[in-house]
Amino acid sequence: MPNLLAARSQMAVSLAFHIVFAVVGIGMPLLMVVAERRWLATRDPVYLDLAKRWSKGTAIMFAVGAVSGTILSFELGLLWPWFMEFAGPIIGMPFSLEGFAFFLEAIFLGVYLYGWNRISPRAHLGAGILVALSGAVSGIFVVIANAWMNTPSGFRVVGGHAVDIDPVAAMLNPAAFSQTLHMTLAAYAATGLAVAGIHAAMLLRQPANPFNRRALAVGLLVGVPAAILQPLSGDLSARHVAEHQPAKLAAMESLFETRRGAPLVIGGWPDVESREIRLGIEVPHALSLLAFGDPNAEVKGLDTVPREDWPNVPFVHLSFQVMVALGTYMALVSLWAAWLAWRRREIAENRRLLRLLVYGTPMGFVAIEAGWMVTEVGRQPWVVYGVLRTADAVTPMPGLIVPFAFFSLLYVALAVAVVWLLRRQILESPGLPDRRGRPPLEQGVQHV
Amino acid sequence: MSDGLLPLLLGGAVMLSLNAYVLLGGADFGGGVWDLLASGPRRARQRALIADAIGPIWEANHVWLILVIVLLFTCFPPAFARLSVTLHIPLALMLVGIVLRGSAFTFRSYDSQRDDVQRRWGSVFAGASVVTPLLLGVAVGAIASGGVPPAPSGTFLEGYVRPWARAFPMGVGLLTVVLFAFLAAVYLTLEADDDALREDFRRRALGAGVAAFGAAALALALASGGAPLVWRELLGAWWALPLHLATGAAAIAALYALWTRRWRLARAAAVTQVSCILWGWGLAQYPYLLPPHLTLADAAAPAVTLRLVLGALVLGAFVLVPSLYYLFRVFKTRPA
Ligand code: HDD
Ligand code: HEM
Ligand code: HEM
Repeated sequence: MPNLLAARSQMAVSLAFHIVFAVVGIGMPLLMVVAERRWLATRDPVYLDLAKRWSKGTAIMFAVGAVSGTILSFELGLLWPWFMEFAGPIIGMPFSLEGFAFFLEAIFLGVYLYGWNRISPRAHLGAGILVALSGAVSGIFVVIANAWMNTPSGFRVVGGHAVDIDPVAAMLNPAAFSQTLHMTLAAYAATGLAVAGIHAAMLLRQPANPFNRRALAVGLLVGVPAAILQPLSGDLSARHVAEHQPAKLAAMESLFETRRGAPLVIGGWPDVESREIRLGIEVPHALSLLAFGDPNAEVKGLDTVPREDWPNVPFVHLSFQVMVALGTYMALVSLWAAWLAWRRREIAENRRLLRLLVYGTPMGFVAIEAGWMVTEVGRQPWVVYGVLRTADAVTPMPGLIVPFAFFSLLYVALAVAVVWLLRRQILESPGLPDRRGRPPLEQGVQHV
Repeated sequence: MSDGLLPLLLGGAVMLSLNAYVLLGGADFGGGVWDLLASGPRRARQRALIADAIGPIWEANHVWLILVIVLLFTCFPPAFARLSVTLHIPLALMLVGIVLRGSAFTFRSYDSQRDDVQRRWGSVFAGASVVTPLLLGVAVGAIASGGVPPAPSGTFLEGYVRPWARAFPMGVGLLTVVLFAFLAAVYLTLEADDDALREDFRRRALGAGVAAFGAAALALALASGGAPLVWRELLGAWWALPLHLATGAAAIAALYALWTRRWRLARAAAVTQVSCILWGWGLAQYPYLLPPHLTLADAAAPAVTLRLVLGALVLGAFVLVPSLYYLFRVFKTRPA
């Protein structure tokens, strides 16, 4: 395996792994806070139980998020030293701010997890709110850095060096708003609907269980609005991509030729050799309309980019289709749930909706992975779009396949351990007698 | 503010963060060392005390390392790039240690409380707690000995292994492990809630304190051949004698306080001692960030960046300091 490919693969595996935990770290604190707030308001002990149980799962996920994020911070240098040497002064600012968000998140998560009996309920809820806020803020800062890689601004290149550096302008790069909005919504949609899906599955088995009913309600409260807004925010992202990263948009849509009144292709498989798309459904003029708000606007195709600078078109196209398909499903199911809630119908008793929610459990996470593949693979061969090539950023250290293989194995081991431990937590849900027949509340953790 | 001062201020911020990481995160690793070495009739309670002590705070303590990394690549980008290239192997191994320590520690408290399960996670946690500081020290030792060139040259062994696989970096690694264990034992005397347990850690702290003398002497001796720049400064510079005196005095004060069971004094002295050693290294290298080629000023990012980061640090401190104070007040003051 060539060194560059090994480095790219290691980066991809590390990020794809971290994002799962990062998303949970953004979403779950909000769910915990909602549950705890309801406990304080209603004194319904089921909500307290919910907040405590969720906080155990979150503690596991957070620890893995912290260590996998640490790997990433080092990997920026271990794999891409020349990228960091170039980009550090320009885009280090959001990373530094993110550092403070990490501090707050870690500090108040410690207070939240271990402080149930040490501080007042109000202070405890306050700690939870700070965890939720700083989690969202830390996600926003990293994504700002990533948006800069997609639409670099705040510097000029003279003789291979960056001059006239303006870190504030770099943070306010064109993609920053659309990407951070889309990512933050994604985190809430994915965690909210995943939690709703898990508890919907339990409700299908035990329709009356109050624990699962409340859990479903909190999950939907967070997941449904985000999932409904997500296609709108995705549309905004797509417009920005069309304007600032034409090669990526062309790859997403497999548009080989520049044209006016470009159609939107749904599904299909791009054949890069013959430069055409097979088996897709074409919606005439839709791409021009969606990307530029004018059914006859010109959309740049891959023919505007030298062949050797194309990203992997089939991969980007497929990933985009997957994200949009899943996003559509999540939004439609969410609309149904919102409509039922508005009509004051009991969602927990609608078995058909419960079943659709169960199918939706993993979808947000899959859509997130797919969306990042669009963003990152679609940017290739550039690490900083139009400025620095990935091949020029990679470390000279030989034999990168060794760390790639090694870290991949490490991730597999961590994933197995996390799945095992979370299964243990979920199986202990109240009402589900565990395999050893012990009553659930006496098992588990020494803290809390 | 004059732009010439900026690199110095931000270099100072890097050192302060590293200092905080060593005193806080370092002690968490030291706790892992004592988990590994737990022995005697109170072995299980020693382990439980260590777990309770680091449980609520290790993630916050860990962020200091992230801050060091972020400040390095933002403010001193060429240094970060060169370090990452030449020290790829020890840094990657250190990462493995960080990952295994943190995850095994958390998994242990959330997995089955059965003994065999607990011991399995416990041994991963403890093993990683020894390996990680060792490699951190090795990386520091490699930097101090002038092992990080602008670009690696020669064979794989010459470029990527020899800079750190030498006696002096290993000596610094050993010293790091011993100092972290010393800090942890001293802190744990204050955490223990009964006398027998406190005596266990008093004995361990005394042992580690004496071992630290040995390890420091060894590292210094190896420096004469292995890290000539640091060696010359540590012997000859105007600040060297006062610093050695302060370090020595703190070390003796720590041992004396442990001996006479003045726990708070012991903690203050141990903190002073370890900080003096760290700043001694920093001063000995100054003005170099990566001796003998790259100075702090040459490595510095443009002044705009430095000024913004400095501003962010100052503002951030207003949020961070009260939060940290709150964390430690909630968990580190025993209910009366
Ligand atoms: C719950 C997850 C989720 C869902 C349902 C969607 N997305 Fe998405 N999408 C993401 C999660 C995501 C993401 C993983 O968070 C990305 C990667 C980078 C980013 O900022 O967000 C992303 C990127 C991304 C991009 C590329 C942005 C860039 O490269 O700068 C576009 C154009 C869209 N999305 C468009 C959509 C559309 C039209 C959707 C309609 C349903 C949609 N997304 C649903
Ligand atoms: C879109 C991508 C990313 C998002 C949304 C994100 C978000 C988060 C969040 C919310 C956390 C908190 C820990 C948790 O809840 O599990 C976290 C942890 C962390 N992330 Fe990421 N992250 C992303 C990518 C990255 C990248 C690229 C890096 C490295 C450069 C990184 C470095 C870190 C570090 C160092 C931590 C640990 C902080 C701690 O110790 O608490 N993250 N990330
Ligand atoms: C967490 C969600 C993310 C995922 C799943 C992801 C995925 C990927 C993938 C698949 C690649 C390899 C692309 C290729 O070489 O074909 C990559 C590269 C990279 N990503 Fe991301 N990415 C994420 C977020 C980020 C963020 C937030 C940053 C920076 C702040 C970032 C920085 C990089 C860098 C520096 C590379 C290497 C250079 C390159 O290949 O362009 N990524 N990422």
